Amino acid sequence: MTETVPVTVVSVSNLIKQFGRFAALRGVTAEFSGGKLYAILGDNGAGKTTLLRTLAGLNQPSSGEVEILGASKFHDICQQVGYMAHPSLLYDEMSGMENLEYFARLYGITSGTRCAEVIRSVGLDPDLVRPVGQYSQGMRQRMSLARALLNNPKILLLDEPFSNVDLHSATEMVRLLARTRDRGKTIFLVTHQASLLEGAADEFVWMEFGKIVGRTRELKRPETAQ
Amino acid sequence: MSAPTGITRATLLKDLRLEWRSKDAINSMLFFSLLVVVVFSFSFDPSAEESRQIAGGLIWVAFLFAAVVALNQTWAREIRNQVLDAYRVSPAPANSLFIAKVLGNFIFVSALEALMTPLFIVFYRLRSLGPAWQLLLVAVLGTWALVVNGTFFAAMSLRTRSREIMLPLLLFPISIPALLAMVQATTSILNGEGARFWIVLLVSYDLVFTTVCLLLFETVLNAE
Repeated sequence: MTETVPVTVVSVSNLIKQFGRFAALRGVTAEFSGGKLYAILGDNGAGKTTLLRTLAGLNQPSSGEVEILGASKFHDICQQVGYMAHPSLLYDEMSGMENLEYFARLYGITSGTRCAEVIRSVGLDPDLVRPVGQYSQGMRQRMSLARALLNNPKILLLDEPFSNVDLHSATEMVRLLARTRDRGKTIFLVTHQASLLEGAADEFVWMEFGKIVGRTRELKRPETAQ
Repeated sequence: MSAPTGITRATLLKDLRLEWRSKDAINSMLFFSLLVVVVFSFSFDPSAEESRQIAGGLIWVAFLFAAVVALNQTWAREIRNQVLDAYRVSPAPANSLFIAKVLGNFIFVSALEALMTPLFIVFYRLRSLGPAWQLLLVAVLGTWALVVNGTFFAAMSLRTRSREIMLPLLLFPISIPALLAMVQATTSILNGEGARFWIVLLVSYDLVFTTVCLLLFETVLNAE
């Protein structure tokens, strides 16, 4: 079922993030509409992960403003956001189901079937009793995606979801994300494997030296970029 | 959103499950305490009277050092795979996490004390001249004092490079009043003297530091 989403779901204004003397974000200003899949691209150190972590409320901006779903405080809308980081954000000693049951409690999800449903949606078996530490990297990434999808978020922030994932699994993940987007969710996806998203992403957002240097509909580096 | 108590309970159960499977903290604590008991018992050969004088200090120093091992482990699990970030982006309150961690550490250190105290009694031929139930009260209050501060400072030193060294550096100086009260109360009870003042001091210490830690924990959790 498609959800109604406001036109602009995320807006950042003159966003600066400094770590000591190093500025990871140098005045990012942009608006993003709902129901789209944005692929955030750029070289290492371009500020992609910092931008994503700032949107997720994990980094506080040094200056500038971030507004998500009309709220300037992340805590007000955290129930509406799903975040997947480069590391798995899962406990290695617990099974996938045990992990998700714990995180479900944090979001107040009491439905016993939700965890199994979301694990199946990423192509894994909810009855798998093996601890996550014994999963292959691809399985771990998919379980991590399942954790991000657990609270049925309106906005998904995904950092390198395809890293160390085989081509078949990555393609499956792209299909799942496209279906999620089609249900009205907004997805921000940081990746170095942009070609996987050709035809699936609505927009490619190019970053360089802590700034957005271009936004394209096709996977083609904008001429403004160096 | 789940009630904070529900989240605390879920987090505590998760920590107990993780410890049951890995036994990281309890094994290190047990091994360390056992070493202290055995080494000290070979180093000294105290009479029953001398034992009553030194036992309070020995026991609590052993438990303090052993507790540091558990306290370091408590957050190490959360930064492996950056799982703490998953908690930070969730709507769960910071203090639910803190209370769960404190309760978990309290259970681990109490279990250690329950296992090691009989050994102390045997090795040092201890016999209390005062009411033994008061020792239980001192143990509960003293353990709480150690774990509440320890859990807080372990979280504070989480993002530092040498956090295993940072924790004792931060924790020991601030624990001196509590440690003094624990040692003095234990020694007084063992010698059949009144320990009321030291117990009141411990209660006050626990109340003040629990309140301060609860007030500051969210800032510590979200520090970059």
